[in-house]
Amino acid sequence: MPKDYGIGASSKRREDVRFLSGLGNYTDDVVIAGQTYAVFVRSTVAHGRIKSVGTATASAMPGVLAVFTGEDFKDVGGNPAGWLINSRDGTPMREPKRPVLAHGKVRHVGDAYAAVVAETLQQAKDAAQVIADETEIEELPAIVDMAQALADSSNRVHDEIPDNQCFDWGWIEDNRAATEAAFKSAPHVTTLELVNNRLVPNAMEPRASIGEYFPGTGDYKLTTTSQNPHLTRLLIAAFVMGIPENKLTVVAPDVGGGFGSKIYHYGEEALVLAAAKKIKRPVKWVAERSESFLSDAHGRDHVTKIELACDKQGNFLAFRTSTMANVGAYLSNFSTATPTFLHGTLMAGPYKVPHVYVNVKTVFTNTAPVDAYRGAGRPEATYSLERVIDKMCRELNLDPFEVRRKNFLTTDMFPYTTPVGLVYDTGNYQATLDKAMELGDVAGFEKRRVESAKRGKLRGMGLSTWIEACGIAPSNLVGILGSRVGLYDAATVRVNATGNISVMTGAHSHGQGHETVFAQVVAEQLGIPESSIEIVHGDTSKIPFGMGSYGSRSLAVCGTAMTKAVDKIIAKGKKIAAHMLEAAEGDITFADGKFSVAGTDKAKTFGEIAFSAYVPHNYPLETLEPGLEETAFYDPANFTYPAGAYLCEVEVDAETGKVEVCSFTCADDFGNVMNPMIVEGQVHGGVGQGIGQALLENTSYDENGQLLTGSYMDYAMPRADDVPFYTVDASCITPCTHNPLGVKGCGEAGAIGSPPAVVNAVIDALHRGGHTHVTHIDMPVSPSRVWSAMNA
Amino acid sequence: MHNFDFVKPSSIAEAVKALSNEGAQALSGGQTLTPTMKQRLAAPSVLVSLTGIAEMKGVCLGDDGLSIGAATPHAVVAAEAAKHYPALAALAGGIGDPAVRNRGTIGGSLANNDPAACYPAAVLGSGATVVTNKRKIAADDYFQGMFTTALEEGEIITGVTFPVPEKAAYVKFNQPASRFALTGVFVAKFKGGVRVAVTGASNNGVFRWSEGESALSSNFSGAAVAGLKVDAAEMIGDLHGTPEYRAHLVKVLTKRAVDAAR
Ligand SMILES: Cc1cc2nc3c(=O)[nH]c(=O)nc-3n(C[C@H](O)[C@H](O)[C@H](O)COP(=O)(O)OP(=O)(O)OC[C@H]3O[C@@H](n4cnc5c(N)ncnc54)[C@H](O)[C@@H]3O)c2cc1C
Repeated sequence: MPKDYGIGASSKRREDVRFLSGLGNYTDDVVIAGQTYAVFVRSTVAHGRIKSVGTATASAMPGVLAVFTGEDFKDVGGNPAGWLINSRDGTPMREPKRPVLAHGKVRHVGDAYAAVVAETLQQAKDAAQVIADETEIEELPAIVDMAQALADSSNRVHDEIPDNQCFDWGWIEDNRAATEAAFKSAPHVTTLELVNNRLVPNAMEPRASIGEYFPGTGDYKLTTTSQNPHLTRLLIAAFVMGIPENKLTVVAPDVGGGFGSKIYHYGEEALVLAAAKKIKRPVKWVAERSESFLSDAHGRDHVTKIELACDKQGNFLAFRTSTMANVGAYLSNFSTATPTFLHGTLMAGPYKVPHVYVNVKTVFTNTAPVDAYRGAGRPEATYSLERVIDKMCRELNLDPFEVRRKNFLTTDMFPYTTPVGLVYDTGNYQATLDKAMELGDVAGFEKRRVESAKRGKLRGMGLSTWIEACGIAPSNLVGILGSRVGLYDAATVRVNATGNISVMTGAHSHGQGHETVFAQVVAEQLGIPESSIEIVHGDTSKIPFGMGSYGSRSLAVCGTAMTKAVDKIIAKGKKIAAHMLEAAEGDITFADGKFSVAGTDKAKTFGEIAFSAYVPHNYPLETLEPGLEETAFYDPANFTYPAGAYLCEVEVDAETGKVEVCSFTCADDFGNVMNPMIVEGQVHGGVGQGIGQALLENTSYDENGQLLTGSYMDYAMPRADDVPFYTVDASCITPCTHNPLGVKGCGEAGAIGSPPAVVNAVIDALHRGGHTHVTHIDMPVSPSRVWSAMNA
Repeated sequence: MHNFDFVKPSSIAEAVKALSNEGAQALSGGQTLTPTMKQRLAAPSVLVSLTGIAEMKGVCLGDDGLSIGAATPHAVVAAEAAKHYPALAALAGGIGDPAVRNRGTIGGSLANNDPAACYPAAVLGSGATVVTNKRKIAADDYFQGMFTTALEEGEIITGVTFPVPEKAAYVKFNQPASRFALTGVFVAKFKGGVRVAVTGASNNGVFRWSEGESALSSNFSGAAVAGLKVDAAEMIGDLHGTPEYRAHLVKVLTKRAVDAAR
C-alpha cells in the first residue's frame, strides 16, 4: 500500500490551497500605507547614444515625486556577473558594467534609462511618456546577429569591447588535439548545424518589487519576486548599492514561477530602494507583461555546429562542438556559467566516449540579456548530442535504440570520470531505456504508424537519452571553475515549546511544492505529523543564509542541510531525554517520535522533550542548554546526475506540416523519490516547456533589434491542447551516493530531455513518409517550417 | 490607460448622438479596444457602449436570412445560430477563448476588420449584408483591406443579415500564438453558385478566391480545386508562415471546407 505520509507519500500540495483559491500573497498583493508607484522609461531602439534625458517637464507634472536617470547611479556599482570565465588564451572575460539605469548608451529595446515615481500609477505613466517624448537618443545600427557581431569591430555593443566577444572558451583545452586526431582517423563523421532557440521565460507572475526605507533606523526592506533572497541581498549590498547587509531585509513572498528568470538581481530592485530612501515612502513597481518580454533575462540562444566521430557500427569515438552563445546586451548574473560549466561539462552525455572538445564563444548583442532558464545549458548540450546521434543513425542506417544502448556507460563503470570533467557517481541508463521502451510500447509502433497513415498522417517516433548535472553545487569545485559565490544551502529547525516545528530554509519555493515535501521529510525523521511542521522561506530576516532555488538543487542541497539539522535536534533530544529519564545518553534511542531507554519501557514523547527544553526547571545548566533549535549548512560533495530516456510519438499532417504530439513517455532516474505526485508534476511541467520550445516558442528580433514576438499574439506558449497525456515513470532508482536522502533532483529534467525527442520524432515521421531529404529542422518546428522543409 | 467617460445608451439614436461628440468611440465587447487603450495606443475621451441597446442584440431567422444584432457576443451566435446556420455557429464557437466569446461581438469584429479575424470570412463568404444606422452595405463593398471598411465616421453597425446557403463550412488553421486564423477559408454553396472567402492570408485582408469559386460552382468537391494554384504574390509573410505557405493553405483548407460542408 502506498504510504500516506512522510517520505514516499503523495501528500497533497498544501500550498495549493492558497494558490488555487486566490489567497496567495504575491508582491503585488502587498499594499503598504503611503506606497507610491515607479514606472520605468525603456528604450524603444535597440542601440543608441543618449544625448539628453528629458526630465524637466516630467519632474513638474502632477503627482510626480522623483525622477531618476542613469546619471543618478553612475557612481554606484554595477550588477555583477557571478562567474568569471577565462578565454582559451587565459585572458579573463570582458565584463562591461551593468548599471541600474542605462547611462551613455541604451543597448537593447526595453533597456531602462529613466524612472519616475509618482503618487499614482497613472501619474507615473503620464510622466514616463513625457520623458520618452522629450528624450534625445541618437540611434546606432543594431547588432543582432552573433556571427556579424564577432566579425564587425566597427559596431560595438560596448564601446570598449571591439569584437563584441565576452570570451572564447575551450573545454577542455587539453582535449583538443586528441579530439582532432580522433576525427581525422574516424571511419565516419556526422556534422549538424543547429540553433537552440531563444526563449522568454514567461513566469505567470511578472517581476515586481517594493522598496521601503525606515529613516528611524536606517533600515531598508525589499519585497521582490526572487528565487533567492539572500543572493539578491548580497548583490545589492556588496556590489550595487553598498547598503550594509545587516541594514537590508529582502523578502520574496509567494512567487508565481521563475524558471530561472527570478534568480537574478535586476536594476528595478535597486531603483525602488534608492527611490524609497529619497522620498521616504514605499515605492512599488510591477512589470507589465510587455516589460517582462523585453526585460526579463531570456534563455538558450545558441548557434552550434556539432560533429560526431564514430565507427561504422556507431560506436562513438569523439564529439566536438563549436557554439556561439548570445549573452545579450549585458551580463546577467549567471549568464557566463550557463553556456560553459552547465553546458560543456555535459557534452559527454550518458555515453562512453573517449574524446570530447567543446568551444563556446559568448557574444554581446543588442538584445535582452540571456541567462539560465529551466535546464540552463544542459538542454542545449542534450539537444546537440541527441540530434547529432539521431542523424548519424540515419546516415549509417543503424537502430537509434541500439546505438544508444551500446554506447551507454554500464553500471560497473561508476564512479566514472567523463572527458569533460565531471564524476558521475551512479546511474543505470539501460534500465531507463528499457522502461521507456516498455511503457512507450515501441514494439507496437508499426501498427500505430499504419493506422495513422490510413488517416493521411505521417507518424514518427523520437528518442532522447539524457543526463544532467544538478543539485548545484560543490563550492570548492565551482570556486575553481570561476564561481564568485558558494553554492551550499542552510536550514534551521526550530522545535517550538508545544512540540510543533518551524523549519527555516535557504531554498525558496516559487511553485515547486517545498512546503509539502520538506515537511514530509521532517515528519518521517521525527515521527510527527506533517501538519505539525511549517516550512518558512523567502525572508532574509527569518531564514539562515542559503542560496535559494534553481538548478534542481532544493531537496538535494537544502533538504540535506535540513536533515542534518534534524539529526542535531535528535542528538540534543537524546541529551534532554537522558536527563529526564535519568539514564546515560548512550542508552537513549529515538524511534517513532519517542525517546526511550534501550531495553526498558521508560520513554518520553517528542512533545514532552520539546516542552521541557523550553521549561527547563531542573536542567543541569552547565552541561545542558535549554531550547531545541538547530541550524545546519550543507555543501554538496558532488553534483547529482539524474538521467532518463524520453520517447515521443508525433503525427505530421503531410498537407499542412502541422505536428501533433500523440504520446510522450518518460522513464527517469531521480534517485529516491520523496513525493511521487510532485515529481510527476515537475516532469509534466518540464516536458510541457520542452514541447513548447520544440514546436512553438520563438523569440525573434528583427535586424533593427525590435522584438517581433513581444506579446502572446506572436509568442506561442504551449497550451493544454498542445501536449498529450504524459506517461511518467520514476521507478528506475539509483540513489545518489553522496547525500543522505539519496535524491538527485527532478525540476529541470523534462525541459532538458524533451526537445530532441520531439524533433527526432518529426524527422523520423518525415523519413518514414518518404521525405528523406530532410535531415534537420530548427526549433520551433512550426507547421510552416515543416512544410517548407518537405517541399524544399 | 487614460481616463475616459463612459455612457451606455439604450437606443441606436442615442448612441449615434453620443458618438457625435469629439473624441467619442463605440465600445462593444471591448476585446480589441480595451487592450489597445491599456497600451495607450487609443485614448478615446468618451466610450459609448453598444451593449445596452436591445435592438442590436440577438439572432433571428427572417425572410431574407439570418439576422444577427451587431452587439451579439460570439458565444450567443455559437449557441443560437446552430440550428439555422451551423457553419456560422461553429465559426463563432471557434473564436478566441470563452472569455473572448462571451464579451466580443460580431459588430466589433466587423468594424475592426482584423486581417486574421474569422467573421469577415463568413460575411464575405455568405454574401451577407452589413446593416448600419444609415444604410445597408453588401459584403463585397464592405471590406476594403486590412483594418479598413466602408464605414464612415460615426457610423455604427447595427446588425448583419446572412443568406443561408445549402451547405457551408469554415476551416481555420490557427496561428500558433494568437490562434487567430493563420489562414481561414469559408466555403458556402448556394443555389446560384459557390462563394469562397479567405481570411488571414492576404495583405489586402479578407478576399474571395474566384478561381476556387468557379471550379467549385461546376463541381462541388475537394477534387475540383486540387489542380488549382493560388498566387502567393499578395500573401502575408511573417514569422508564422511564408506567403507560399499561406497560398498553399488556401487550397488545402478550401478542400477541407468542401469536405466538411453541411
Ligand atoms: C485573446 C483573444 C483571442 C481572439 N481570438 C480571435 C479569433 O480567433 N478570431 C477572431 O475573429 N477574433 C478573435 N479575437 C477578437 C475578438 O473576436 C473581438 O471580439 C473582436 O475583434 C472585436 O469585437 P469587440 O466586440 O470586442 O469590439 P470592441 O473591442 O468593443 O471594438 C473594436 C472596434 O470596433 C468599433 N466598434 C465596435 N462595435 C461597433 C459597431 N457596432 N459599429 C461600429 N464600430 C464598432 C470600436 O469602436 C473599436 O474601434 C480575439 C480577441 C482576443 C482578446
